[in-house]
Amino acid sequence: MPSVDRPSLSLLTAFGRQFRRHGQALMASLTDVANPLLFFFMVVTLFPLGLGPDPQQLASMAPGILWVVALLASLMVSARMFASDFEDGSLEQMALASHPLSVLALGEVAAHWLATGCLLAVVSPLFAMMLGLPSQGLGVLVLSLLLGTLCLTLIGAVGSALTVSIRRGGLLLSLLIIPLNVPVLIFGTAAVTEAVMGRDPSTWLTLMGALAAGMLALAPLAMGAALRISLDS
Amino acid sequence: MVLLSAAEVSIERGERRLLQGVGLAVASGQVWQVLGANGVGKSSLLRALAGLARFGVEGSISRFEPLLYLAHAPAIKCALSPLENLRCHPACDVTSTPAQIALALEAVQLGGYEHQPVGSLSAGQQRRVALARLLLTGARLWLLDEPFTALDGAGCDWLEECIRGHVSTGGAVIFTSHQPSRFSELQQDLDLANYAVS
Repeated sequence: MPSVDRPSLSLLTAFGRQFRRHGQALMASLTDVANPLLFFFMVVTLFPLGLGPDPQQLASMAPGILWVVALLASLMVSARMFASDFEDGSLEQMALASHPLSVLALGEVAAHWLATGCLLAVVSPLFAMMLGLPSQGLGVLVLSLLLGTLCLTLIGAVGSALTVSIRRGGLLLSLLIIPLNVPVLIFGTAAVTEAVMGRDPSTWLTLMGALAAGMLALAPLAMGAALRISLDS
Repeated sequence: MVLLSAAEVSIERGERRLLQGVGLAVASGQVWQVLGANGVGKSSLLRALAGLARFGVEGSISRFEPLLYLAHAPAIKCALSPLENLRCHPACDVTSTPAQIALALEAVQLGGYEHQPVGSLSAGQQRRVALARLLLTGARLWLLDEPFTALDGAGCDWLEECIRGHVSTGGAVIFTSHQPSRFSELQQDLDLANYAVS
């Protein structure tokens, strides 16, 4: 018996409201935003201590180090992506909305990505300089991290949606999504390495762009279905 | 007009069958109170009626959508103000302007708290934020899970008035409560003890 009595919100407004709600919640508790950055900073400072201060060696390993740490930082935050919404009942309400759950969830994920992955990509040149990454690689590093963290966040969101109702689902989540993250890691590291060598990284960046576009189209559907399963248990 | 009808509904939770053969038809203008001891399956039934639970639920349920479902978990973000919480409510059914939302908050005795983080309010006040949505929604069918918990006497009276007003304009309400009946002449009771599987 479907019927609507009053004009409801347009899909875009509903998306915007979810984006705003989640963004404001993130901004208010800065730990969720600061944690991945702090983690990134700490790990990057530890590598020179462990590997020795040889600048040449550090510079050659920098693309791989930066990308692995970015992947781990993203893994760390994706476990909590839908957790608070599940606990406080917001997810139930999203599922009852007359708008598709996938679009509302995507609004949240967009806010989440801006506050974590996108921010990480923007400040990554600072960390790269700490490792002595040659300056010709910095631009490609930022670009590859922007595309890459978008993929990682979307993959993490699907995993988080599947495991949100499981107590201590963190390990299961890691097992589920690390294999899916591997291509992103390979493409990202390759792009930065090519740029550092002075070669054209566009092949790798194009592949990452394609991956991000595909994820953006498919991940919301998977998220919506996974969230409904998680709510129904 | 029938806003919700359910027939031969049975609910399983885990390996255990909680309820069997539940049937009800809720027409506009009616208030239904779901009764039963703790653990009998009141909340599970409400979730099933709302359409949130499908696994372990058998029988046919048809409902008038969109409906409003208010659970134990209030769907309120502690970091946001009451105003923002209602404006960006996850059910996306609040189309009101900030001024209208402020009026609704005033009606639940939260005037002056519009811009404070909800986390700094008391449990009863947080409950009132969630209940203020009743004044803003366009949904005709309300499913309320223990709406009277954490409310003081005046709050309970306000909620009673609010429910009476809603059904008098063609809405319908199903709620669970351990409180004695408040809507004597309007109310229908659904005692789950009759459907429990022992």
